[in-house]
Amino acid sequence: MSTTFIEGSIAVAKTVGVCRPHVISAYPITPQTHIVEHLSELVADGEVKAEYVNVESEHSAASVVLGSSATGARTYTATTSQGFLLMIEVLFNIAGMRLPVVMTCVNRAVSAPINIWNDQQDSMTARDSGWIQLYAEDNQEASDMHLQAFKIAENKDIMLPVMICMDGFVLTHSFDPVELISQEQADKFLPPFKPEYYLTPKNPLTFGAMVGPDGYMETRYFIEKTMHASLQVISNVATDFHNQFGRFQGGLIDTYKVEDASLVLVAMGSIIGTIKDIVDELRAKGQKVGVLKVRSYRPFPKDEIYKALSHVKEIAVVEKAVSLGYGGILVNEIKSVFYGKPKTPKINGFILGLGGRDITADTIHQVIKETAKAASEEKFVGLNEALIGGK
Amino acid sequence: MRLDLGAIAKAGSSKANQTGSWRNYKPIFHQVKCIGCGLCKIYCPEGCVTMIEKKKYTVDYTYCKGCGICAEECSSSDIEMIVEEK
Repeated sequence: MSTTFIEGSIAVAKTVGVCRPHVISAYPITPQTHIVEHLSELVADGEVKAEYVNVESEHSAASVVLGSSATGARTYTATTSQGFLLMIEVLFNIAGMRLPVVMTCVNRAVSAPINIWNDQQDSMTARDSGWIQLYAEDNQEASDMHLQAFKIAENKDIMLPVMICMDGFVLTHSFDPVELISQEQADKFLPPFKPEYYLTPKNPLTFGAMVGPDGYMETRYFIEKTMHASLQVISNVATDFHNQFGRFQGGLIDTYKVEDASLVLVAMGSIIGTIKDIVDELRAKGQKVGVLKVRSYRPFPKDEIYKALSHVKEIAVVEKAVSLGYGGILVNEIKSVFYGKPKTPKINGFILGLGGRDITADTIHQVIKETAKAASEEKFVGLNEALIGGK
Repeated sequence: MRLDLGAIAKAGSSKANQTGSWRNYKPIFHQVKCIGCGLCKIYCPEGCVTMIEKKKYTVDYTYCKGCGICAEECSSSDIEMIVEEK
């Protein structure tokens, strides 16, 4: 297996290419652009035999992948931020029609004020849409996750769309050594897409038909039930991937030095890398610190998180999104994991890195310092004191 | 219909949704002044007005939602909307 020094976006595009998509449709938007730009090159050069549909908006891009997926095509799209918000109506439809579309949500802040830099507010806003959401830690994982995503989505017991979330710029525009997946390897891992139902004139069907009060609730019940069933599938697919490729970046979660830790930081996405460095640094000084990565955010792996953290005294949840009017989103879900359990650790939530604010080693050190003294609450870390009146 | 898989249905299954139950006002085709223009049939959004013979139309109350468009468009004011008590 060869390692290539490559930009994150290009690695993702190449992986999507070897997944043999039939239809790709996207609208360019920073910082997602390089992914779809490179895919359109691969299609134009004849390296990827797909239909690349240029559209006038993200709403149309999502609609194109919806329609083509319903005909039994393997489909892919990518977007970020404002484009993502424009897609949301269709995203609910894709999940509701049980179409196994795969998309990349490059994570970027949401307007206003306009800001093109990274946080995770966009995808977090669509957490209830019925899409499986996986968050990538680094470019190797982001690339590998796309191959896994199609296998999860197209599992006949799942048939739900999968969204790979990768941090804008931090990952998409960074050059890293990545082991790329060859066509032969991808073909071995991912079987051709053969849906049970698809649109064809030979057997006319209706997708997303009207369902009144007598049946709508049941459709939501089935998606919820399938989400729970997908926990096992996501985990199995990660294991299959490990067996074939020798790489394992976690199934539903991943842990680093958590087993004997008294303080564990919980996070999603590229920030995990920074935290691992701090963990090593503090471990060298004898502090029992670890980090837990939430890889699958939807479905939310409550049991796995509880199992991994039940012995821990303190938890600090760091997140790049906020539910305005409530506080941290992930922190409250981590808190709910411990509801009704015999022992509840001290859980602190920290909001940081919004709109591309740098998350440095100092930021993480500050989080750890605050955790030691503060009671459980949601705090903004890394605010510019001069801009908020010195308070 | 497969409710467990995105409400996938056989083509034509919309017939199962008997939308006539939504109706509050019921169109009555008096068939006195009718000139046979057919606007009621053309404008019906449910497609449930049928011509039986020239100047003679009927409504399928199984699907008629009682929107009143036929009465509004009738060039001879020959269709009356009456409150339907159930």
